[in-house]
Amino acid sequence: MRVWDIVVVGGGPAGLCAAIEAAKNGARVLLIDENSRPGGQLFKQIHKFFGSAEHKAGVRGLEIGLQLLKETKELGMDVWLNSKVCGIYDDNVLWVVKDERKSFQVKGAAVILCTGAVENSISFEGWTLPGVMGAGAAQTMINVNRVLPGRKVLMVGSGNVGVIVSYQLLQAGAEVAAIVEAAPRLGAYGVHTAKVRRAGVPFYVSHTIVRAEGDGKVERAIIARVDERFKPVDGSEIAINVDTICLATGLTPLAELAWIAGCKFVFNRVLGGHVPWHDRYMATSKKGIYIAGDITGIEEASTAMEEGRLAGVSAAAAIGLIDTERLEKIAGEIWERLDALRCGPFGENRKIAKQQVMAGGDEQ
Amino acid sequence: MNMRITKHPILGDIEYDRKVKIYVDGQELEAIEGEMIASALLAAGIKTFRYTKKHHAPRGIFCGIGRCTDCVMTVNGMPNVRTCVTPVEEGMRVETQHGCGKWKEGAGDE
Ligand SMILES: Cc1cc2nc3c(=O)[nH]c(=O)nc-3n(C[C@H](O)[C@H](O)[C@H](O)COP(=O)(O)OP(=O)(O)OC[C@H]3O[C@@H](n4cnc5c(N)ncnc54)[C@H](O)[C@@H]3O)c2cc1C
Ligand code: FES
Repeated sequence: MRVWDIVVVGGGPAGLCAAIEAAKNGARVLLIDENSRPGGQLFKQIHKFFGSAEHKAGVRGLEIGLQLLKETKELGMDVWLNSKVCGIYDDNVLWVVKDERKSFQVKGAAVILCTGAVENSISFEGWTLPGVMGAGAAQTMINVNRVLPGRKVLMVGSGNVGVIVSYQLLQAGAEVAAIVEAAPRLGAYGVHTAKVRRAGVPFYVSHTIVRAEGDGKVERAIIARVDERFKPVDGSEIAINVDTICLATGLTPLAELAWIAGCKFVFNRVLGGHVPWHDRYMATSKKGIYIAGDITGIEEASTAMEEGRLAGVSAAAAIGLIDTERLEKIAGEIWERLDALRCGPFGENRKIAKQQVMAGGDEQ
Repeated sequence: MNMRITKHPILGDIEYDRKVKIYVDGQELEAIEGEMIASALLAAGIKTFRYTKKHHAPRGIFCGIGRCTDCVMTVNGMPNVRTCVTPVEEGMRVETQHGCGKWKEGAGDE
């Protein structure tokens, strides 16, 4: 078994920042990701980020990703790609399967879990037909693989992912036939929504998808108005000819490893469900296990990066590389930036939710 | 049918010069070096990757990031390979999978 100071699981924005910060402070770091390229969801985010210059506002996700990869290289840490962490034992020992065929055990004096999230789906008649997919799946296809999953798309869900991916589908040359939203109000930042509106995409609020139709693949979507209890209203169906239906119905933190490790969990609806409890240093209830990014609750790449930095610094402090005074100073600065990012009508809710999690919430 | 996005306002235009050949149900298909199998199939307008065991219902990509296993196919004789996270290789044989698929003898050995 090989031993590192800090092992980071997941190479998305959170994991990259955690690994960089730990390595900068002198830790020997192993970064593990299951994909053939690091970056997590960052390389599909081709839109400009919000916030101040410190938060890299105005810079596109993919550019930030390239910068982070450069830093990881310069710091000379160990990076294992095509490697899945399949288990976690006592004393921070991880079971890793590399290239689908080799099995290893690795140990970190501290472990930082940055495993991200998975898209939610909703089920309806015909939802298994080829052509129905997650909005993130479509985003991956158009921005990373540069192929269109279809030519004419119905987007289900008007939150940030729904409208951002709709706009990116337009940029990629697809037609977005409509965006449906079950709630009576649209769910995304005004800037993103306005761009899609200006492009002439119709929004249907208080509507949902009831059926996907087609011979062996999606050819049509049937949408309907919903009542106050979100039940489709008879006779309100509209048929829209599309070859792709994208579901942007939220994300759930991918927290299996924290469950296996025995971390204490808290349920929080705003953050996407069950999330591991953590303190203001991103430490979980299990000694030596830290978390950052979407695993701690669904947010954005900008917050994931700040949380990653915080976890990296805290883990480095835990193994004696940073003294308490410096840790406090850095943590304070990062919290200022996190608070600044968690503002506005959506951010404020997340800020409160985060405080509830740290306060303990309802223990599960 | 070509579904590739060769022109893009943000990502820029792209020309592919490094290509590989794969075989999909025996048919030769040109793919881009390093791309995922699912991407090569979608680029050619192929959307059905497998049929389910009981109802023989068609399935294609769903999550695109290796989480849901809806996109699995038989690759070089090995069934249940997630095509959305597996890159193409020269001469690769990709087959539409029926049910849980069948292992070809020796597939997956090094
Ligand atoms: C498909 C998708 C699209 C998204 N698009 C947007 C968007 O356009 N805008 C936006 O603001 N937010 C978007 N999000 C939200 C996004 O999750 C955050 O913006 C940000 O990327 C979170 O960073 P992270 O580092 O926590 O997770 P991720 O970026 O998801 O990185 C986690 C990494 O860990 C790896 N991993 C997970 N488990 C293991 C394991 N056991 N072993 C090894 N590796 C593992 C994953 O494969 C992944 O590479 C999207 C999310 C998804 C799932
Ligand atoms: S589409 Fe979900 S695993 Fe490939």
